[in-house]
Amino acid sequence: MTETKLTRRGDEEIADARLTRRGDDGIADARLTRRGFLEVSGGIGLGLAVSLLVPACAGSSGPNGGPGRLAGGASALDGAAGHEVNAYVRVGPDGQITIAVPKSEMGQGVLTSLAMLVAEELEVDWSAIRSEHALADESRYGRWSTGGSRSVREGYEPYRRVGAAARMLLVEAASRRWGVSAGECRAEKGEVVHDATGRRLGYGELAEQAGGLEPPTEVPLAPRSGFDVIGRELKRLDTPAKVDGSAVFGLDVRVPGMLVAQVVRPPELGGSVGSVDASQALAVSGVQHVVEIPNGVAVVATHFWAATKGRRKLAVEWRPGPHAALDDEAIRERIRAAVAAGRTVRDDGDCDAAFAAAGRTIEAVYDFPYLAHATLEPMNCTARVADGECEIWAPTQSPTATSAAAAAITGLPPERIRVHTAMLGGGFGRRSATDFVEDAVHLSMKLGVPVQVVYTREDDMRAGLYRPAGTNVLRGAVDADGWPVVWDHRIASPSIMREKGWTAMMKDGIDVAAVEGVANLPYAIPNVFVSWADLSLPVSVHWWRSVGSSQNGWVTECFLDELCALGGKDPVEARRRLLADHPRHLRVLDRAAREAGWGDPLPAGRARGVALHECFGSLVAQIAEVSIDEDGEPRVHRVVCVVDCGEVVHPPGVRHQMESGITFGLSAALHGAVSIEGGRIRTGNYDDYPIVRIDRMPRVETHVIAEGDPIGGIGEPGTPPIAPAVCNALAALTGRPIRRLPIGRVAAQA
Amino acid sequence: MPAYTLVVNGAPRELEADADTPLLWVLRDVLGLTGTKYGCGAGLCRACTVHLDGEAIFSCQLPIAAVEGRNVTTIEGLSPDRSHPLQQAWIEEDVPQCGYCQPGQIMSAAALLERTPRPSDDEIDAWMAANLCRCGTYNRIRSAIRRAAAEGRRDD
Repeated sequence: MTETKLTRRGDEEIADARLTRRGDDGIADARLTRRGFLEVSGGIGLGLAVSLLVPACAGSSGPNGGPGRLAGGASALDGAAGHEVNAYVRVGPDGQITIAVPKSEMGQGVLTSLAMLVAEELEVDWSAIRSEHALADESRYGRWSTGGSRSVREGYEPYRRVGAAARMLLVEAASRRWGVSAGECRAEKGEVVHDATGRRLGYGELAEQAGGLEPPTEVPLAPRSGFDVIGRELKRLDTPAKVDGSAVFGLDVRVPGMLVAQVVRPPELGGSVGSVDASQALAVSGVQHVVEIPNGVAVVATHFWAATKGRRKLAVEWRPGPHAALDDEAIRERIRAAVAAGRTVRDDGDCDAAFAAAGRTIEAVYDFPYLAHATLEPMNCTARVADGECEIWAPTQSPTATSAAAAAITGLPPERIRVHTAMLGGGFGRRSATDFVEDAVHLSMKLGVPVQVVYTREDDMRAGLYRPAGTNVLRGAVDADGWPVVWDHRIASPSIMREKGWTAMMKDGIDVAAVEGVANLPYAIPNVFVSWADLSLPVSVHWWRSVGSSQNGWVTECFLDELCALGGKDPVEARRRLLADHPRHLRVLDRAAREAGWGDPLPAGRARGVALHECFGSLVAQIAEVSIDEDGEPRVHRVVCVVDCGEVVHPPGVRHQMESGITFGLSAALHGAVSIEGGRIRTGNYDDYPIVRIDRMPRVETHVIAEGDPIGGIGEPGTPPIAPAVCNALAALTGRPIRRLPIGRVAAQA
Repeated sequence: MPAYTLVVNGAPRELEADADTPLLWVLRDVLGLTGTKYGCGAGLCRACTVHLDGEAIFSCQLPIAAVEGRNVTTIEGLSPDRSHPLQQAWIEEDVPQCGYCQPGQIMSAAALLERTPRPSDDEIDAWMAANLCRCGTYNRIRSAIRRAAAEGRRDD
């Protein structure tokens, strides 16, 4: 099938690989460059398809395509630089432009922002663009996972390049048809124009011919100053389907002959199924099967409600787990006991000597709880395993992991597994797991019919996979002038990387995500010691929006305010001084202080709190205005948010993600805690795990700085600063720092 | 299984279901109207909001037996072509992110505007506080309701 010819082409091109026919796609030509593997395919009836696969080893380390590490700051998940990036555009003979996106739309607007990058170079009317989830196909789109705030920053260059290549091919096709040089022709809003003669041809008319051309060797991109689409206030492409009920989320998938399953899991951590009496459950109208699978016992019915009723009648004798005594307090004790065994992450100066010599010192312990993702659409997956094939419809962040999970269970080769990515009703990291996929594949394989597995809300909350709990033991000191001179920070928290088996990404046994924001604490403090201790607990941990920064941003920014209070310094003034060597940090801080009117008088009973955090290549400062209701409930009135993400592709998307990150972080700060009792997850529904509602939603004012620095991520960096901004404001009101999350109710007066 | 007749989005529908089946699952699993969402099954998130004889209800909490002979409107029936002022306002304000809660948000807001055509911000908050959004689109939801209410005023 494939004949490969390797030739050197100077410095720029490494190789030229030519592929012959691939399936029914007609001709396919491909060229491997340092920038990736550019492939052109098409033919009669198909039009033009151009794809660019940037393999993991090539990375996206170009000046603007990289993950955007800030000077002096190590972004833990920038191991993400090793991910593949795939861009794909198809121009149909009818002129329809389709961008097949191998990234999951979970609310972050990726179907729109990546399409904008293609459109920037393609010279088309935005209204002509259709953007959709690609069908997972590793041979075409490479590996697909969505997370780490990576999609736009890694796609920033490749998606433009694929658009530019498609435009160049269409121009080339027109010039050949007219017998003129390509240089005399130009693209304009979906057409190629020959100015000298006034001739025009639409992209649709040129697509089939362009699909037969060789990929261009050089694909230059428009300069930043010439951007026409990037940076525009465009409407999201997925909105219309989300206001009329037609968007198909995972739970909305309907496959002919499909049954619906609920999986009852052992109530205790580490528990298992003893014996099952299914007779009463099977007597429920609509219940078809009761099946034991690795995760528990499935009640499989013709529809959801029958499965619910069957489940109520199911008699299972569970074998208890070995953790019956485990509860929140026991977990906290075990975590605190682990602190002393920490590995050194950072050691500047001499903390002990400086601490002993310092006049004013402070010690504090900061505890943070397990958190659930609590996506509004509970976990679910639909699978059909039959005739030596497996077809999956899943709201997943990672079709690649989904496919691998299905392959492991079915033993089928990857080419016999098809994964359709439905819309995701929220992701936040949870949907990079495959537990729900495994349930569906097991059941369909056993029963020989399509099965949709649906987690109830309680199943979803209790199925495990949480943001780790942890503790921080801190010592700090200020000098005679009140400036911080010691930061001694000892962390203990279970490692996600270890649990996921990502040990290759750990450095010297340290989970870089667990110490993100602390290891690279930017403040100019002469004596800094950081250690981190891992420990294994029976509660499974998982990526949760902004990962280690979700807790570390809170701890560092609150403890810094404690040091400011100790030294009698204004929190903004102190940060300014301590960030003198970090111009981008200073810029977001100053902007936030200005926009928020830091220092301006506030109504009685209201205070401001500031916080600043860098992660995923972006910097965010937030200033919250907070008061305390009569019942002790904190009320956040206003949040000023300044983000420096280097470049902005879709401005509303950036603002919305900041606001989203703030709401997500605020829910966690005020209420978020997954509680363990008697070796079981007690937390079950939104009454146990409250989410901020509209009546507690602050006004949010987001200001975006984009001055051409390396492009940063947007999905996660909005989350970390809100908890410390709110806690710092509360501490300003009450005189008492908040050292344990969630905040809950606070007494109003100092 | 008992038989029921109800009017869904203006059309009479006959169906069979256990009497205790929540309207939500009748809509989704029997009638194939998947625009109405399951979020909590406990009346806590309001993703399942539909109109029953014009009133917003939690369809996950209402058994089909209580719906016999009554009028149900779902997101699919709010307008045939996204022309309802709230749907237009939702598009103009770019409200949805993941979008999962939005049918419930829009149906709740529609019931609010039926009862209070010019709601204050406090009235919007009090009414819409029943609807959870995990993505944090609340400020745009407020703006979109205000916008639709203003459109309504122009139509008066």
